[in-house]
Amino acid sequence: MKLENKSRIAVFVLSCIVWFLITLNFSLASIVAGIILSAVTAIFAGEILIITERKFHLGRVFYTIGYIIKLFWEMLKANFHVAYIVVHPKLPVKPGIVRVKTKLTRDSALTMLANSITLTPGTLTVDINKDEKILYVHWIYVKSQDIKVSTEEIGSRFEKILEVVFE
Amino acid sequence: MHSLAFNQIIGYVIICFGILFDFFGVLGLLRLPDVYNRLQAATKCVTFGSAGILIGVFIYSGFTPTGFKAILCTVFILLTSPVSAHAIAKAAHNSGIEMAEETIVDHYLEDMNNEPTEDK
Amino acid sequence: MKTFKWFIGLIIIVTLFILNFFVFFQEIDFSYKLINVLLFCSLFILMRVVKGPSVADRIVAIDILGILIIGICALLSIALERSYYIDIGIAWGLQSFIGAMALAKFLEGRSLDA
Repeated sequence: MKLENKSRIAVFVLSCIVWFLITLNFSLASIVAGIILSAVTAIFAGEILIITERKFHLGRVFYTIGYIIKLFWEMLKANFHVAYIVVHPKLPVKPGIVRVKTKLTRDSALTMLANSITLTPGTLTVDINKDEKILYVHWIYVKSQDIKVSTEEIGSRFEKILEVVFE
Repeated sequence: MHSLAFNQIIGYVIICFGILFDFFGVLGLLRLPDVYNRLQAATKCVTFGSAGILIGVFIYSGFTPTGFKAILCTVFILLTSPVSAHAIAKAAHNSGIEMAEETIVDHYLEDMNNEPTEDK
Repeated sequence: MKTFKWFIGLIIIVTLFILNFFVFFQEIDFSYKLINVLLFCSLFILMRVVKGPSVADRIVAIDILGILIIGICALLSIALERSYYIDIGIAWGLQSFIGAMALAKFLEGRSLDA
């Protein structure tokens, strides 16, 4: 099967799930309308979801669950960090934009890495240079300007898990 | 006040935590010195706070239409809010909005000045 | 001076908290009082919209207001026991995301399809 059609089928299934979660109405008219709308969406905008092919294996599912748990734990830490900074009378900030080196290559992996960095303590992704694989990260309390230290502190928390999940 | 079931009490506790973090995020939006720091505090705290409120609503109402819609909305928030945050940060940096006085280093500006910028 | 302003702010916030939870409207349901807190938060965000020194500050404030509204809609749906308020929240969130992306591209000076 061609890759575009696979991507269209994935978009069709996802749209059907979202439709039934929003309506929660299993009469005949609702089911027909949902299937027609999902098919229209899949035909016109379906080919952009999956771009490159890869094999499925079971370990990825467990790593995804572990990734979600780790993401929630880091978000909780981030919120207490920001709350401490905001409530403190003297506002202890020392901001700056540093470089972070990454090993990931795929688009989806880079997007999820940037989103995870944005939701974790004190950091916010500003831009990505895809050719040299460098992320520019705004850090609210800069500990060191060296690229190795910042990569160790910011990037490597998620890189090992994301390498298994998305590569 | 009428008596509450056990899951409803837990739902209210999680909702209160979410509202607390929302409040801290808004306070950061008011107090921090420049647009990047405000973006950090506000995005992290308000996203986590609203997701907390929605998960609290799911626990409060159980497996009803309200609960399923709340879970769907949580996924939407967690996917879209960081993307809009770094779109705004990049746009603000490229349009030349200055950083605060406390800023000590800006490697992004150095690298942009070294390379020739291509025309869009 | 900074510590003095911090202290004034603390007094104002504690006063609003006590007035909201222990003085006014003792007979209404608890969830309405939580909605009051979120409404005061959106008032603070509107202060940033009015005061913000640059355009980017205003865009950030509008984006954050969109996410806060989703929380208000979710609380309304359990206060009034109607499930369609969360639909309003989902639609508002998606619209706010698209609006923030369009404003960011406008600020950067690019065209909308590039």
